[in-house]
Amino acid sequence: MLTNFKRVLTFALNDFNRNKGISIAAIFVLVITIMLVTGLFFFQGVAGYLTSQIQDKIDITAYFNNTTSEQDILNAKAEIAKMSPDIKSIEYISQDQALVNFNASHKDNSILTQALQEVGDNPFLPSLNITTNGQPSQYTSVVNILQTSDFSKLINKVVFPKDTINKIYSITKNVNLFGIILGIILVIVAISVVFNTIKLAIENSKEEISTMKIVGASDRFIRGPFVIQGIIYGLIAFLICIVISALSFYFLSPKMEILLPGFNSFNYFLTNWYIFVLIQLGFGIGVGIISSLIVVKKHLRG
Amino acid sequence: MIKFEKVTKIYPAETVVLQDITFEIKKGEFVSVVGKSGAGKTTLVRLILGLEFATLGEVYFEDIKLNDANAPKIQEIRRKIGCVHQDYKLLPKKTVYENVAYIMQVEGKNNEEIKKEVPRVLEVIGLKEKMNNFPDQLSGGEKQRLAIARALVNQPDIIIADEPTGNLDPYNTYEVISLLQKINAAGKTVILSTHDREIINKLGKRVITIENGKIIRDEAEGRFII
Repeated sequence: MLTNFKRVLTFALNDFNRNKGISIAAIFVLVITIMLVTGLFFFQGVAGYLTSQIQDKIDITAYFNNTTSEQDILNAKAEIAKMSPDIKSIEYISQDQALVNFNASHKDNSILTQALQEVGDNPFLPSLNITTNGQPSQYTSVVNILQTSDFSKLINKVVFPKDTINKIYSITKNVNLFGIILGIILVIVAISVVFNTIKLAIENSKEEISTMKIVGASDRFIRGPFVIQGIIYGLIAFLICIVISALSFYFLSPKMEILLPGFNSFNYFLTNWYIFVLIQLGFGIGVGIISSLIVVKKHLRG
Repeated sequence: MIKFEKVTKIYPAETVVLQDITFEIKKGEFVSVVGKSGAGKTTLVRLILGLEFATLGEVYFEDIKLNDANAPKIQEIRRKIGCVHQDYKLLPKKTVYENVAYIMQVEGKNNEEIKKEVPRVLEVIGLKEKMNNFPDQLSGGEKQRLAIARALVNQPDIIIADEPTGNLDPYNTYEVISLLQKINAAGKTVILSTHDREIINKLGKRVITIENGKIIRDEAEGRFII
């Protein structure tokens, strides 16, 4: 068994070495397709980051009556947090803080500043800014909770941009769907390109396979070297791709941060390195093995 | 050793290649199968090797019905047969040494045995000096000698030579036939498929003549008469 495996391995290494042109072409095609699949995964990551960034900026604001004490609002905050698992964060903004925020945002607008001075008192209401996990239905359910709770009498009004949320949700949903469909199409294209490349490489050995059959070699003995060559193609392509990916993410990271502030592509790569390895190694070796098995099987039958 | 019982082979599109063929080849015989191109000689060889199966009738190899044999059994039978073909059927990406060694590796022989036996066979066949060459670096005669070395290395009981001299000059043809005669003299069964009249007439051995897929003559010391 071990002797046979060693022989099959030696045949595979010899064939790989003696067919350098075909081997390099197969690896080149695999590298391109693996990078395509890696790019798709990265695209999904960027899309997810953008979606979460947009969703984080949408919140529900519950304005409390200005007679409500800070302690009552903080009690209400604790109650709200317990009420729905959809709530991601709650931020308390006092009347004074609201005034500070307003002044900071409009410090260059003298008319507004003057108008505020003429009013005299702080016209702002204390509020709770509530962020949910993103689905429009979650916003509605949180608003319902706020309006029907025991402390609803303390609330002056609840404000949330329902139409904007629906639009953003619809856009992000479509972007994700488009990403998945495009991903599936490109993966199918990638698989068929790799399959055909390996098919061409094995077709080159068609006569050889026929001779091996005539001399009584078992199917496993014939198939083995081709499958191992498929593994070698996949392994080398994976090593090339992981190096290209790491270098690309490292050097593109500063430029990506200009386009997507807060998104560090190299950190994303480091955080998800095992998924990148799994995708690249799985795709490379998996497609290499399966393609070899299918093509050799066809010749063994013929 | 090999028996054909009322064998008919029909390819798709209703092409009848062999029709109602019956004969038996005993151990140690030298049998020539002759006929014009397209007579069915190669199909007959392919039926013995289990590369094709009879549409009707039965082919037996050492009492094993080939039609009923599974893939491992067929592979085992092929390993018992040494084959020489007109187009050599060498492994182009393996060296001369590796081509011969491959047959022993298929048989599961150990490395020591292979290292000892392959150079010996190559020496007998006159190719020891070229053991690191690839087949495309050999002449036609050398390729055929390599094919014979490969057929002999496992010391099979039976050698099938399908048009082995088709691509060779008279000198190499003479060498190959002499070699087959020596193999037969050593007790091995030899089946020679050819359409070379001169060879058959000189051999003076059993001749099965096929015409249009039928056996028209089977003579103990036959001649090429078509």
